[in-house]
Amino acid sequence: MKAFANKNATSIREAVSLLAQHPGKALPIAAGSDLLGEMKDGIETPEVLVNLKTIPGLDKIRQQSGAVSIGPLVPVAEVAESQLLHTHFPAFVEAAAVIASPQIRNVGTVGGNLCQRPRCWYYRGPFRCLRKGGEFCYAPMGENRYHAILGGGPSFIVHPSDLAPALIALDAKARISGSSGDRTIPLEQFFVLPTVNVQRENILRPDEILTEILIPLPAPGTRSTYWKQMERDAWDFALVSVAAAIRQRDGKVEQARIVMGGVAPIPWRSHEAEAALIGRPLDATTAAQAGDKAMEPAQPLRDNAYKVALSRAIIRGALLRLI
Amino acid sequence: MKKEKQSRKKPAKGVTRRGFLTGMGTAVVSSAVLGPVLTSTQAETLPPTRPKGLEDISLTVNGITYSLAVEPRWTLAEVLRDHLGLTGTKIGCNAGECGACTVILEGKAVYSCSQLAVWLDGKKITTVEGLASSGDLDPLQRAFIEHDAAQCGYCTSGQLMSAKALLSRNLHPSREDVQRALTGNLCRCSNYNGIVEAVLAASK
Repeated sequence: MKAFANKNATSIREAVSLLAQHPGKALPIAAGSDLLGEMKDGIETPEVLVNLKTIPGLDKIRQQSGAVSIGPLVPVAEVAESQLLHTHFPAFVEAAAVIASPQIRNVGTVGGNLCQRPRCWYYRGPFRCLRKGGEFCYAPMGENRYHAILGGGPSFIVHPSDLAPALIALDAKARISGSSGDRTIPLEQFFVLPTVNVQRENILRPDEILTEILIPLPAPGTRSTYWKQMERDAWDFALVSVAAAIRQRDGKVEQARIVMGGVAPIPWRSHEAEAALIGRPLDATTAAQAGDKAMEPAQPLRDNAYKVALSRAIIRGALLRLI
Repeated sequence: MKKEKQSRKKPAKGVTRRGFLTGMGTAVVSSAVLGPVLTSTQAETLPPTRPKGLEDISLTVNGITYSLAVEPRWTLAEVLRDHLGLTGTKIGCNAGECGACTVILEGKAVYSCSQLAVWLDGKKITTVEGLASSGDLDPLQRAFIEHDAAQCGYCTSGQLMSAKALLSRNLHPSREDVQRALTGNLCRCSNYNGIVEAVLAASK
């Protein structure tokens, strides 16, 4: 790792002002599960690390009226074990429980999981790819079994987060703080396609950090779940995952949010799958149709067509859990 | 670097290969941190040397508190092995994937290759050396021996620490609990069943 200075931020204000003071040279860091790996590999070479873990108060889960507030420094393991979160947001807790390994869940944070960088082997490896300021994405012509089937181009990474699909399915909002002020946006709008920014996965400016996640308490009749399909049973990124939140009334689906991981450069909300469910009973037929509809726009690369079939299957499977 | 409390027993006599190497390591590190040994006349004219960018921290490892000056880029695994001579903690992938470097930080199993030492000022850490600090093996270590849970042995200290973290919060885990707790520790010899048997035996 190249040498750098460590600055322990003691407040959000101090953190964002430190980031603003060192444009292009400072990066925020929480547990470092992802960023330290990038620094060891020379993908990122910051001169200053702004340590966010020393900011008090950002590691709390708080129940508010109508919502639960999640501090970005809450460890993933705490989400996985939270009875409060399990009561209201099963998809969130199920997603947290299958992230990485116990050692990473013990330290890795909610904010870090949402802001982690792609796992594409060209991005992580010694390739000057599009995402690292190079000329082109190697995936379409190269080894692309883990790459995007939806929303790809000109970069074909997939977003690796498990919490993001779950939180978007649960209609979470994100508060972002920067040196020019705060803004709160739907988490869905936090992520951006490569057509918007080919080098970043989200809208954070260099002097901005995530400072809160707000999840609205679900309306009565809402159920949610997260299905993560891996190559092995544990300690892996998703080949494909799906978070589903469904509200039913009088035997019919009143509201549906279906968000996929591992298929697109952003957590991929399938409006097609949602439309296939609204106003109809949730059963084996409609669950299968939702999966089929979700995959209509899919454009697999040479080696990842299996993700289309897998996506259909796990969308159906996740929905059947919610009947 | 100074130890405020010394509780490790020195061997009564003779020199072991490991003891010799560990001693050499410490000597080299000490001179790097403190600067060359000066004669009395030089000492009056030269300022004390200290590489730029070091940060002072205090770490309590296996009950011993160490005052250290660390570079921000040094990982906990590097500090444990290269600067404190605690080479029981292994570095496998150095990428937070294999688990060989697992230690217990404030009661929780973590990858020491993925923690910067500069973040850990005032924290308590237990390494595999801490399992047998009194000289008697921990029940887990005895069970690992009895169940041949170590093959090449490289992952063993990490497996022990993950298992120790599990047993300290769950005295009687199920087989599935053990398997789940050890998912972050890879064994290239693939001796997973032996390791799980050992942990289950130690929990009885």
